Amino acid sequence: MSGTGYEGRNNVPHITSEQLLIRGGRVINDDQSVYADVSVENGVIKQVGENLTVPEGVRVIEANGRMVIPGGIDVNTCFQKPYLSTVPVDDFFQGTKAAVAGGTTMIIDHVTPQPGDSLLEAFERWQEVADKRVCCDYSLHVDIPQWHNGVKEELELLVQEKGVNSFQVHMAYKDLLQMTDSQLYEAFLALKEMGAVVLVHAENGDLVAQEQSKILGMGITGPEGHPLSRPEELESEAVFRAITLGNRVNCPIYITKVMSKSAADIVTQARRKGSVVFGEPITASLVTDGSHYWSKNWAKAAAYVTSPPLSPDPTTPDYLHSLLACGDLQVVGSAHCAYSTSQKAIGKDNFTLIPEGTNGVEERMGFVWDKAVAMGKMDENQFVAVTSTNAAKIFNLYPRKGRIAVGSDADIVIWDPDKIKTITAKMQQSAVEYNIFEGMECRGGPVLVLSQGRIVYEEGKLHVQPGTGRFIPRKPFPDSIYQRIKIRDKMMGKQGVSRGIYDGPVYDVPATPKYITPAPSAKTSPTSHQPPPIRNLHQSNFSLSGAQIDDNVPRRSGHRIVAPPGGRSNITSLG
Amino acid sequence: MSYQGKKNIPKITSDRLLIKGGRIVNDDQSFHADIYMEDGLIKQIGDNLIVPGGVKIIEANGKMVIPGGIDIHTHFQMPYRGTTTVDDFGQGSKAALAGGTTMFVDHVVPEPGSSLLEAFEHWREWAEEKACCDYSLHVDITHWNDSVKQEVESLIKEKGVNSFQVYLAYKDLYQMSNSELYEIFTFLGEQGAIAQVHAENGEIIAQEQARMLEMGITGPEGHVLSRPEELEAEAVFRAITIASQTNCPLYVTRVMSKSAADIISQARKKGNVVFGEPITASLGTDGTHYWSKNWAKAASFVTSPPLSPDPTTPDYLNTLLASGDLNVTGSAHCTFSVAQKAIGKDDFTQIPEGVNGVEERMSLIWDKAVVTGKMDENMFVAVTSTNAAKILNLYPRKGRIAVGSDSDLVIWDPDSVRTVTAKTHHSAAEYNVFEGLELRGAPMLVICQGKIVFEDGNLHATSGTGRFIPCSPFPDFAYKRVKARKQLALLRAVPRGMYDGPVAEFSPMSRGGTPSASARTSPTKTAPVRNLHQSGFSLAGPEEAPIRPGGRRIVVPPGGRSNITSLS
Repeated sequence: MSGTGYEGRNNVPHITSEQLLIRGGRVINDDQSVYADVSVENGVIKQVGENLTVPEGVRVIEANGRMVIPGGIDVNTCFQKPYLSTVPVDDFFQGTKAAVAGGTTMIIDHVTPQPGDSLLEAFERWQEVADKRVCCDYSLHVDIPQWHNGVKEELELLVQEKGVNSFQVHMAYKDLLQMTDSQLYEAFLALKEMGAVVLVHAENGDLVAQEQSKILGMGITGPEGHPLSRPEELESEAVFRAITLGNRVNCPIYITKVMSKSAADIVTQARRKGSVVFGEPITASLVTDGSHYWSKNWAKAAAYVTSPPLSPDPTTPDYLHSLLACGDLQVVGSAHCAYSTSQKAIGKDNFTLIPEGTNGVEERMGFVWDKAVAMGKMDENQFVAVTSTNAAKIFNLYPRKGRIAVGSDADIVIWDPDKIKTITAKMQQSAVEYNIFEGMECRGGPVLVLSQGRIVYEEGKLHVQPGTGRFIPRKPFPDSIYQRIKIRDKMMGKQGVSRGIYDGPVYDVPATPKYITPAPSAKTSPTSHQPPPIRNLHQSNFSLSGAQIDDNVPRRSGHRIVAPPGGRSNITSLG
Repeated sequence: MSYQGKKNIPKITSDRLLIKGGRIVNDDQSFHADIYMEDGLIKQIGDNLIVPGGVKIIEANGKMVIPGGIDIHTHFQMPYRGTTTVDDFGQGSKAALAGGTTMFVDHVVPEPGSSLLEAFEHWREWAEEKACCDYSLHVDITHWNDSVKQEVESLIKEKGVNSFQVYLAYKDLYQMSNSELYEIFTFLGEQGAIAQVHAENGEIIAQEQARMLEMGITGPEGHVLSRPEELEAEAVFRAITIASQTNCPLYVTRVMSKSAADIISQARKKGNVVFGEPITASLGTDGTHYWSKNWAKAASFVTSPPLSPDPTTPDYLNTLLASGDLNVTGSAHCTFSVAQKAIGKDDFTQIPEGVNGVEERMSLIWDKAVVTGKMDENMFVAVTSTNAAKILNLYPRKGRIAVGSDSDLVIWDPDSVRTVTAKTHHSAAEYNVFEGLELRGAPMLVICQGKIVFEDGNLHATSGTGRFIPCSPFPDFAYKRVKARKQLALLRAVPRGMYDGPVAEFSPMSRGGTPSASARTSPTKTAPVRNLHQSGFSLAGPEEAPIRPGGRRIVVPPGGRSNITSLS
């Protein structure tokens, strides 16, 4: 793995021959911290060790004992997600600028095709836009808006040729993106066979729709209707169901946006039971809570609208941090999807129309430091794990990303644990007018950020250019997930019991069955245009002929079974 | 005592009985007292009762006298593909009496699409003709629309039904979508009924069944392999979520696995109004028998949700029953003959589902829970009788030995030991899933409607003497809490000034983003169908929307500190 083959696109000649030395820093990986110098050449880490020497003229950065950590990886951004034909105000340039300013050197953005779109085309459109605009490396998740056979071929192409190994499915957004349990089952099965990571937006969309109409019916149209119609129970229910489905098909599950204590608890419990499941809290759920939905200021309340909603329980952020610290939750994303107030105002008379999304890409690392490390919940190594390394492992970027080691990309941050800043929309890189963390003090932040071996942020100043970031393709079957899955697949083979043929009497079933144990329907192959199961009304003519007749004389001698009952041939040990 | 047949009956209700020297065991206390019964009711309780002459006196000799058991879940005489279960209402209720159960509640299972009321009347007719003890009926809601809604309402208001079962399983047959469940629960919550659920995820089961058959697994072991207990737990979790959203009391029928029971325990600890019903089979045996080499034996265990292959399950469920996390026990008695089970001899999905258990229910709980010291005798009465009566809103008429209550009671012998076998059981089935099990504890004498119907192993029951007991809505046991919560659950909007800032232009056709609440809120027969008109391919303009144009700046200044932080 090396970055040498990456020429600049769009006529931007990358300065790839740049050399750098970070001297005297404390290099922090997820497993250990050591004092070492780090030399960088051509965007790649050349050497890590003590007393490294470099040729004359090479820029030397004196770290003076400060922490040198792998650049952050933000696995959940939406810089390009269209909503009713408007797009977020933070596009790929604006968004990655904010990312870099916060110490994040790679983002994974969501491609969000609409139902009916080609996934491949959507992916290419996103890639095209991103290539021109990003100022740090990026990769793409693809959301699956609908499940049908055509999708499967596109997915295979994306996995095999396009370097996408993660796909999101939705259990919410009824009549739009939502999949039924059967579709999820098939999707999980297919994605697992491709070695992909399944991202799940977990909320029960049927119930959300019901609650929304109930809340609107009560005359509640403001942003408080958003959390009221999406109580956290609906989130945990969906998480539970997703994990159940995942276990059934032995498919790893990654829950995007863990927003509530109860959802986090479900993830925790499932991990205790051995499920391969990962949970991603986001900046917003780790820092603030849903009490702001009741703000008298509509614009402020609307700024917090995201799904699943922030929990009104103010103890949530602390709780989620504890779970991050102990490893029950693994990855921190930002779910950065910034709409301006005027865009949010599309839903001024109806909360269900408010475009969903909060900011957080810039604040992500700072707040995890502030709330978890500075509080003593988490050590610096775990901090690196949850902000960078785990993401790299899950999405198969490790060790190219997420580690400071020889051969890894030179995405490096010098971190100042004592830097204090007050979050305000006036000072932020994001283009949005609101910052949901407005006024909060945050301890810890980057002093210098290297992306691809170049200084992109130093002492509060950004040195970025649009189009300098690269698309990083990701291979399927990430080891950190699929090792276990592969072994379980081998173990899970099931066998029938070999028995003699049953030769006793068989009750004669009438030709037109009225009461049936439902046989698995022919509807097992997904088709895009087939509506979900509809009850067959032809079966339901009411008639009860024969049931009133008292002909069921029990124990007719002719019906006695040949094999004697109670024969002790049961097998009591099970696989 | 003579028992005339029913049709030309004057019922003999003037039986006078006195039980002397017994120890009365209710769910709250045990005490020594005599019981005097007349006209099918308990008239007096106390020492040295003054009773009229000519009274039959039963000497209890210090034995326990307990309220007759209530089996809250049976399927007697259930039609299935043109046949019926081998235990009809007569056979079934006899087996019940022989086990110390003096009332059962059967499930009316209307065919999807047919009238609930008509089905209810059929069931009543069948039961009226044959039942030997009092009974009541649950009605299963097998499809949902406005006319069903009206029928449910008249069943509650006029017919004396207060509990309705819905299915999360049986795809394309009985299964309800989440939206339908939401509507049903909302409605039942308003009407004061109990929502019962058959909790299994039918969608995944259908997938798993197809997979098993594809793998060539066609025997009864395929049944349990395609219905792992996780799917039960998932459905229980989902049902609880929906019930809590709609503020409707929930009753989970057939708790078969540890994980499902755990979900119920956890929900109760969080304050949900939810009741769990383990059945005789899940309390007494396990799913290892599905792998029996004897097809007929393996098939006799087929029921849904299946018995868990985890052999520690029965013990676990008995413990939760003792601790009050699970509340009632049923039998889910639904017996098919081996020949009927053999309909599915080449395909496990065709095996008719059901196990026996109505006769063994009380002895089994005594043996597994009371004898082992998990549960005391009062809790035993609670889980076999009293709690069921409370849920059905029949308390204290049933489920308690008190003045004015029905004289359904049992003299219980805690030390009698017998071995369960199909040869001697009262069910008509050739198989007994508890075959060979030694059970300690059995009824010595059973009194039903003030008459001795079982004494020293001999039944004196008469078909057609059972009465339908109507259940009224809003049982206090479940609804006191629900009513209080309804008053608290009122939601209020935040009073705000009008938002008068700029609004971004957007295309009115909803293509991306949050779906607005659809108009599809009234119950309709069709399951939600994706609107294919919405999905025309076009993605105009995602790249060209302006980024923060100067003119779009918002008037209300951001960051105004007017948030309300205290929430109800």
